[in-house]
Amino acid sequence: MPQPSSWFSSPDDAASRLAASGYLADAATATTAYLAGALEKPLLVEGPAGVGKTELAKAVARVTGAELVRLQCYEGLDEARALYEWNYKKQLLRIQASGDQSWEETHEDIFTDEFLLTRPLLTAIRRDEPTVLLVDEVDKTDVEVEGLLLEVLSDFQVTIPELGTVAAVRRPFVVLTSNATRELSEAVKRRCLYLHLDYPDAQREREIVTSQVPDLDERVGTMLVEVVHRLRELDLKKSPSIAESVDWARTLVALEIRDLDPKAVNDTLGVVLKHASDHEKALKGLKFAG
Amino acid sequence: MSSGLVDRHISFLEALRAAGMSVSLAEDIDAVAALGVLAWDRRETVRAAYAATLVKKQSHRPTFDALFDVYFPRMVGDGVGGADRRPEPDNARALADFRDELADVLAEGDQQAMLDLAAEMVGRFGAMPGRGPGLSSWSAYTALQRVAPGELVDRIVRALLVEGRVEDDARREAGRRVGGFTAMVEADARRRIAEEKGPEHVADVALRPSIDRLDFTAARKADLEQMHREVYPLARRLATRLTQEHHAKRRGPLDFRRTVRASISTGGVPLVTHHRPKRPHRTELVVLCDVSGSVANFAQFTLLLVYALRDQFGSVRAFTFIDHVHEVTSHLRPGADPGDVLADLAASTSHAALWGRTNYGRALVKFEESYADALGPKSSLLILGDARSNYSDLHLDVLKRLAGSARHAWWLNPEHRRHWDTGDSAASRYAEVVPMVECRNLTQLGEFVHDIL
Repeated sequence: MPQPSSWFSSPDDAASRLAASGYLADAATATTAYLAGALEKPLLVEGPAGVGKTELAKAVARVTGAELVRLQCYEGLDEARALYEWNYKKQLLRIQASGDQSWEETHEDIFTDEFLLTRPLLTAIRRDEPTVLLVDEVDKTDVEVEGLLLEVLSDFQVTIPELGTVAAVRRPFVVLTSNATRELSEAVKRRCLYLHLDYPDAQREREIVTSQVPDLDERVGTMLVEVVHRLRELDLKKSPSIAESVDWARTLVALEIRDLDPKAVNDTLGVVLKHASDHEKALKGLKFAG
Repeated sequence: MSSGLVDRHISFLEALRAAGMSVSLAEDIDAVAALGVLAWDRRETVRAAYAATLVKKQSHRPTFDALFDVYFPRMVGDGVGGADRRPEPDNARALADFRDELADVLAEGDQQAMLDLAAEMVGRFGAMPGRGPGLSSWSAYTALQRVAPGELVDRIVRALLVEGRVEDDARREAGRRVGGFTAMVEADARRRIAEEKGPEHVADVALRPSIDRLDFTAARKADLEQMHREVYPLARRLATRLTQEHHAKRRGPLDFRRTVRASISTGGVPLVTHHRPKRPHRTELVVLCDVSGSVANFAQFTLLLVYALRDQFGSVRAFTFIDHVHEVTSHLRPGADPGDVLADLAASTSHAALWGRTNYGRALVKFEESYADALGPKSSLLILGDARSNYSDLHLDVLKRLAGSARHAWWLNPEHRRHWDTGDSAASRYAEVVPMVECRNLTQLGEFVHDIL
């Protein structure tokens, strides 16, 4: 029997609440988001840049009233930046100030909460309010960090040698995003639910663009989405993302362009295409009629 | 009494594993847990639940979808509406009527109507009656041959033009709809066969390997196009991975001065050490590839991948041969469109042949005569080909000299290892001189390129 979870009560509930906050999720996204909440498993979202992977985590936080804790991954990220660190400067001060106190006492004193700098992973686990933990661009980290994530993701606990094991009071809703520049390890994938986000179909993209840029003329919006879709078919170095089509719509509104004719496209194409060779190819590929 | 649901679940997972996806027991349990918290009233919800818990790699998704359709079919037989429909006559008139209906539906582009028609089409025109019960079958091929949706493209284009679409756009859209419909017909035939003979039967025979595991030599035209599209993302993935790994190994010797300076802020205790960056060495790559018909695809992909990764090399020189050597380095100019590069390479193939019969020995001799200066102590030699030299002189001594003058030498062979040394293949004789690596698909190619860099 389906049990209501504390995050979403059903896939439909997830879809409608996310839509109300401005994130238009398709059926698979809504179902997977609901499952991530109901099964309390981390959600790994993969897909090309700019299809709303990070936005999904933000939207979940928004609609459930949870706080978003974000860990931005980059290469060279280590335990000290991801999990926790001892505030050694403060510890040094404490030792110098201790005077003739015995070492045992000082030692007891300097490894306490007061000297602990919590980083995103530990922060998310220690919070007793609803939390959405976003681990952004996991594929950018080194393999060692994945090992670190394993303990956090499977048991939601962190072991600090001096303090003991800190277990989650309340399991956070974990979203990991990846651009798939590198294959994540099997171990991480096994612990996660997987969702592949791709470019949306024309109708959904139109809805997204209109919801983000309400001032956009409907006819221009339709044409814009059509052009963006044709650009994606052109086998470019970098296909335009949803974020970029929204930017394009904003540009058109700002420039008060009412008609997407070849000239207008040529003038503003720089908003969606960021390579010179793509630009040329697009102009060749987009043969406008009339 | 068992409902058979668990059995179906288990055999579905078995089929996924047989198709090359690694589904662990933990994921199996996750899938059941996910189904436990969901309502089962919609098939797509069940599909999404299975996909979220079992498929952790997007390239596996087509395989998963095909198997899901076989194990959890959309409907049984002709469906609810079809069961009490009168059997339609199967004659030329009925066929023409059906094609008209199909053209209208395709012009509208209604997915549900297309699905219904695909099922109807296999039921009416794809039946292969057997001699007894259990021997009858269904053929998507027969149905597609008879109805020939491909010939409807012009009609669909006309209908789309009336809607105000542009010619090129309409043609592309029509092609896509016909392609989608063909896939639906194939899926429906699989569904019907699975119904009669059991899903295991279909799972074994009707599925193709995913695109990154598909052999270069077995690829169809559509597969090749898809592979071309994969080459750039693959190159990008490789490049990112390489930069990351180089960075991880970047720590050179201790930079004493910076370390001491940094330690001043922590009261003279060197908490963080600083290191001098390591100077990376860049390989100069010389690619020598066989472009004769049998391995042309493989050579193209490898050249394209090398081209996409050229920033990672100090310099790249590329030569093509069949029985004569021709330099194609000039085609690999930076910033060019990969599509154009490929077209140029294909056009220049004729320069690589005198008589058009592959002759490795002669090609090696010519290479040594004309381009021996390309190889030096900093360069790596990469030879691509199936080592099938039409029983001509192999000139092993020349290859030995070439390999000796380069820093490294490799031979990539697009054939499965079990075909080496069959017929006119001289694989193992060349392999004695130059290490030979089997490289049949994009995954193996990617791994190899990663390893040599």
